[in-house]
Amino acid sequence: MTYEEKSVSSKFSDEIRHRLGGETIAFCYQCGTCASSCPVAKVTDKYNPREIIKLSLLGARKEIVAGDTIWLCCSCYNCQERCPQEVEIADVIYTLRNIAIQEGNVPDIYVAFAEGISNEGRIVPVSKFAEKKREEYGLPPIKPANMDALRKILQATSFSKIQFKKGEAQ
Amino acid sequence: MSETKYLLFLGCVIPYRLSSYEISTRKVLAKLGVDVVEMPEFNCCGYPMDSVNHDLMLTLAARNLCVAEKQGLEILALCNGCFCSLNETNKMLKEDKELREKINGYLKEINMEFKGTTEVKHLVHVLAEDVRFEKIKNAVKRPLTNLYVAQHSGCHLVRPTKFVEHGDDPENPKMLKDLIKLTGAECVDYQDEARCCGNPIIGVNEEVPFEMAREKLDHMRVAKAEAMITVCPFCHLMFDLNQPRIEKTFNEKFEMPVLHYPQLLGLAMGFSPEELALNTLRVKPVKLLEKLRTN
Ligand code: SF4
Ligand code: SF4
Repeated sequence: MTYEEKSVSSKFSDEIRHRLGGETIAFCYQCGTCASSCPVAKVTDKYNPREIIKLSLLGARKEIVAGDTIWLCCSCYNCQERCPQEVEIADVIYTLRNIAIQEGNVPDIYVAFAEGISNEGRIVPVSKFAEKKREEYGLPPIKPANMDALRKILQATSFSKIQFKKGEAQ
Repeated sequence: MSETKYLLFLGCVIPYRLSSYEISTRKVLAKLGVDVVEMPEFNCCGYPMDSVNHDLMLTLAARNLCVAEKQGLEILALCNGCFCSLNETNKMLKEDKELREKINGYLKEINMEFKGTTEVKHLVHVLAEDVRFEKIKNAVKRPLTNLYVAQHSGCHLVRPTKFVEHGDDPENPKMLKDLIKLTGAECVDYQDEARCCGNPIIGVNEEVPFEMAREKLDHMRVAKAEAMITVCPFCHLMFDLNQPRIEKTFNEKFEMPVLHYPQLLGLAMGFSPEELALNTLRVKPVKLLEKLRTN
């Protein structure tokens, strides 16, 4: 069975609709306004937001979740401003990324970000060298983040349970 | 709540990787009579975590908002990404009771509660809406006449309009343009001004954002811009730090200086290029400074 033969309200699209940011996906009627507004699609044919929405609606979970395309969105919101159906496309793609990461499809850069957040509460580490430079510039020192508080937040939001290593998506 | 006192939110990138933005901002704001209060122990705004775990992004942002609420101050953000996530979270939690209760459940673990009593503003909003044009105009001592520059507002200063409520045009932003004109410089129009710099995906793919940035630089060059003006560290890194590599990749020469808006304003207010850390830019604004000297 090809994707075209399946219903547009697939199990996967229901999963997306029930997550924060994914609510509007089913309004899409495939007009292509998003793709023609997209600065990424303009420079590479590897990326097409209309296609991502279509495959998601048709239930191509594995293709989307384990694939590379969702990571190419710049979240510039051009498409979202123009979509006649008010599909919140960039937010839907964030939702797809959340699912992908849960399933183990984590691009290296997000492994690095996650490390930064877990260790220091920020993505750029506190450094003695940079502190010295700030002093030379006459800028006030940057205090470390409150890691006791942040560790509790990381626990509570289940972030701590995410496996930040590359692996096969389910 | 004083109109000209804000809690300064520097974010992760500016303090260590783009001091020129911070230095020039502090100089200009002090001269305009805007007080900034340092934010002790801030954490990541949440933006980089939106792709990873939406609840975490909201909670990281909300913790910063709670700090501002406690101090009774509005947040002043310099980065489009920080502005985006802090502002979005603030708006969402104010409007959506269910979501607020969920995030407050997480915050309870650290004895904090989001109450919805603060606002988040970007530097551009503070200058255009709170300080206002009249005051900025009066502070300009050395108008930058005959200087042609191009604006790059970036995305999250103006989009999504669902959360950004400052009346700027998401397809053709004007606020930064108007601020640029106050310095006496000409702000040229160019093709696809509202388009993204490409930086958000540079960690997963270099080819695509380089091509996106190249196109923008090219459009500005066609419009005869002598410099580009940004208001976000990510946009700035994309066009300034990466410019030599973009030039090498496409075998082209742009030599387009990229100034933070407060650097441009600071020059017009009479600060020296050194005071505004112009010497730390990757693309040296040699011709531009020469022109200003002989103006
Ligand atoms: S613009 Fe909106 S309705 Fe049209 S294809 Fe894109 S998501 Fe679907
Ligand atoms: S938000 Fe993403 S999909 Fe939409 S136009 Fe921008 S890069 Fe393209």
